[in-house]
Amino acid sequence: MKLIVNGEALEVEATTLDALLKELDYEGGWLATALNGDVVPAAERAECRVNEGDRIEILSPMQGG
Amino acid sequence: MFDLLGTKLASRLLLGTAQYPSPAILADAVKASGTSVVTVSLRREMAGGKAGEKFWSLIRSLGVRVLPNTAGCHSVKEAVTTAKMAREVFGTSWIKLEVIGNHDTLQPDVFGLVEAARILCEDGFSVFPYTTNDLVVAERLLSAGCKVLMPWCAPIGSALGPVNIMALRSMRGHFPNVQLIVDAGLGRPSHAATVMELGFDAVLLNTAVAKAADPVGMARAFGKAVDAGREAFCSGLVEPRDVAVPSTPTIGRAVFS
Repeated sequence: MKLIVNGEALEVEATTLDALLKELDYEGGWLATALNGDVVPAAERAECRVNEGDRIEILSPMQGG
Repeated sequence: MFDLLGTKLASRLLLGTAQYPSPAILADAVKASGTSVVTVSLRREMAGGKAGEKFWSLIRSLGVRVLPNTAGCHSVKEAVTTAKMAREVFGTSWIKLEVIGNHDTLQPDVFGLVEAARILCEDGFSVFPYTTNDLVVAERLLSAGCKVLMPWCAPIGSALGPVNIMALRSMRGHFPNVQLIVDAGLGRPSHAATVMELGFDAVLLNTAVAKAADPVGMARAFGKAVDAGREAFCSGLVEPRDVAVPSTPTIGRAVFS
């Protein structure tokens, strides 16, 4: 299945957001996720299904002004 | 102590964490400034990357409060989503709300700003809106639920300082009971002292410290300037006059001719 992760097209096997993070080697409580522009809290990732063409954002803390 | 939305802070200087030569210099600058609040952001993490973890670990080690921003957002939807993601990651409902309307000046889109502020305030956020010095926009932001306003004094990163003193003075006068934090455009410690002398409650800056030849020294200088400006305001400044007034008493002076 093809997904757009952080702006990059990727071919993945995961069918949930939680599984996607594991498949792509993301880990840590400091990550924030969004699916098609809507926030998905960490507690809901396991239940959050991803589908062909979905846009996923994975963000983490960064310097800011 | 500075009471910011019920939180007691030791300093009226809020400091950005971007653009420093190194994480170590950032940490030293934060300590030297005496700040109690630093701004942070969210960006895309590379797969398997640990950049976010390292930065967040550093900030937590400094013992300061964080004010996440929505920098780079150009729409209400982007800003609201980013704010919600920041709340989860950073564990705070404070959000420095930026909705940028112009690429060249980084001027806020005040229409989108008010709309986003209303959505976030209704969702329980404490919104710190990065705004202009427009009084009508300020009124709208307060009506939307904001308890703090953050007017610019010049474009972000410009280091121009307070280019419209009259507008800032007017804003302070119109909203005597609202906490006003000057955000963006400060270049020198004297700029910070100037706006604090006007009665602003605090200042937020980043570039002026981070891009200085010695960020740690400049952070310390800004910390002192903010304190000096605040103490001057609280001490009652003498109003300027157009005529000279002798400071030495004239009564009892000798007459030699």
